[in-house]
Amino acid sequence: MFNPAYQQTCQFLCAFILAVAVSTPLGAQDEIDKGYAISQRSDRSDRGFSDTVAKLTMTLRNAAGAESQRSLTISTLEVADEQFGDKSLVVFSSPRDINGTALLSHANILDPDDQWLYLPALKRVKRISSANKSGPFVGSEFAFEDFTANELNKYTHKWLRTEACGEFSCDVVERYPLYDNSGYTRQIAWVDQSAYQIRKLAFYDRKDTLLKTLDFLDYRLYQQTYWRAHLLRMHNHQTHKSTDLVYSDYQFKTGLSDNDFVKGMLKRVR
Amino acid sequence: MCANSARLGLVWLWLSIINVSAAEFSGQLSMELRGFSQDAQYPRQLNGLQTSIMLAPEWRTYLGDNIQTALIPYLRVDARDHQRTHADLREAYMLYIGNNWELLLGVNREFWGVTEARHLINIINQVDAVENIDEEDYLGQLMLNLTLQRAYGRFSFYLLPLFRERTFSSEKGRLRAPLSVDKRRADYEHQDQQWHTDLAFRYSHYRGDWDMGVSVFHGTSREPHLRINHQQDALLPYYDQISQLGLELQYTQEAMLWKFEGLTRAGQGHTFLASVVGLEYTLFQAFNSQADIGFLVEHLYDGRDRVEAPQTIFQNDLFLGIRVALNDMQDTTMLAGMMRDLQNESGSLRLEAERRVGDSIKLELETQLFINAQHDRTVTAFKRDNFVTLTLAQYF
Repeated sequence: MFNPAYQQTCQFLCAFILAVAVSTPLGAQDEIDKGYAISQRSDRSDRGFSDTVAKLTMTLRNAAGAESQRSLTISTLEVADEQFGDKSLVVFSSPRDINGTALLSHANILDPDDQWLYLPALKRVKRISSANKSGPFVGSEFAFEDFTANELNKYTHKWLRTEACGEFSCDVVERYPLYDNSGYTRQIAWVDQSAYQIRKLAFYDRKDTLLKTLDFLDYRLYQQTYWRAHLLRMHNHQTHKSTDLVYSDYQFKTGLSDNDFVKGMLKRVR
Repeated sequence: MCANSARLGLVWLWLSIINVSAAEFSGQLSMELRGFSQDAQYPRQLNGLQTSIMLAPEWRTYLGDNIQTALIPYLRVDARDHQRTHADLREAYMLYIGNNWELLLGVNREFWGVTEARHLINIINQVDAVENIDEEDYLGQLMLNLTLQRAYGRFSFYLLPLFRERTFSSEKGRLRAPLSVDKRRADYEHQDQQWHTDLAFRYSHYRGDWDMGVSVFHGTSREPHLRINHQQDALLPYYDQISQLGLELQYTQEAMLWKFEGLTRAGQGHTFLASVVGLEYTLFQAFNSQADIGFLVEHLYDGRDRVEAPQTIFQNDLFLGIRVALNDMQDTTMLAGMMRDLQNESGSLRLEAERRVGDSIKLELETQLFINAQHDRTVTAFKRDNFVTLTLAQYF
């Protein structure tokens, strides 16, 4: 799930690339290299977080302003190898009729993710299709891929420019999904130059029209190392619906392991 | 020595209990209204509307990281069928979670399987048949369950000491056999009767796009024979001893799910095979909307002995279904299905729809129509039992 996080000293190589890139006019390949380096620096700033558990409230708002809320807990297990994605478990507690419903995801980089849904009424675990990348996640403005596709190598990257973004100076990086069934032709990310965190994402639909904007707000630093945004605000420019995600009770390094993310454990989620 | 360890155990348990790290209370209260459009086929069966209420509170506690408990009593009160008025313990267990193993003692529910039209290999729990005819409600089962998780799969061992008899409606109930079932006079192949301890094992694993499970069961059949009594005015359940080997497979290929469940069972006449094989294809965001439309096709086969085994209606049947999920704020979903016997052309149409109203109320609609029921020796008892059920459930 959202791990846009990241602060760690830049590796020698990427510092070198950045230094070279900044000092000379850029060709197309240079823009790609620089874009990748910025995204990689952002991604690597989150290395070593091991696992997190957080509570999340989603507020869904339609164009008329009517609201609906969902509460859930998200556990994430870091998979250090960049050739594999992280593992995550989402457990709903409200609305009360879906209390205990859980979604387990093993993210893959270019292959489809492995996903299982747990339905507590029948105590049934169902392997579900992860081809549903662009579909809405529990009726919200977030698509499934917005949660699971935050892996570096799920995209190619291209540096566009540097510009001010709020109080920060940001690198603006365009990224193109490499995985199948994405609902986007491209995304544009604003990555700040001090903490290397994503401050804003713009999503362009299959017709390359601006579809959604996601603002990452209220970043807080954990364990002197890991940044986490606590308010994510998604606005759909075409339907004028919006979804807010409010994170709370972030816990790091809780001791979760692979065994807490196998499909068999879904039966004891509740 | 023994008394000492028992005392220590009690102290430990007490310490655990006062050290409850989290407790949760939830559950549901629902009202059900079921209506039959035609008058009953058999004398004394109810006509018109059947109302009932259901209460299922849930208490869960988490004692530290390693111990969980659950308590889920269940009560249905039916205004017209006194045997549909029943109480059960759906769950009442204590679970210890080790590093790569789990031990559960108490009453629990276990679901095995991948297919939709029939839950063929699912066998741990008895069907709570008075709830609904779709066989998706189960009675709690007392068990000792040890599970080992390894990199190469999950191994679950079950000791099932107390057999639960299937529930049956009274003579007033609809959707029953021509005669009512006299549960008090159930009989068993094994001399231990319902005290026979059943054994079960399941291995399950996943690799890439494949999910699989192999299961073994040895003990009292959950499906009874229904035998007519001497007075010829009631049916008596008879439970055989069976041994069963089950296999479940799912291959997830993009938006297509390929599913298989199969079993071989001994102990009810000749050893037989039964299977459900099918697929589920989903059109995500169909026709440029937010809705998903799923198409289901399943073939059901059951080669059981026509005389020595309990009756089944699934000898050679085809199921076609359409599932719609609107993906709206109210989580509106619909499932329409058609089951057809490929030999005698009997079948049924079923529609289920549900939608959340407000924050915590769910409205459910269910209807089933029986077609050419008179062609099938089992389904013919339902030929005048087309029904509509409306349920209003408050979750808390």
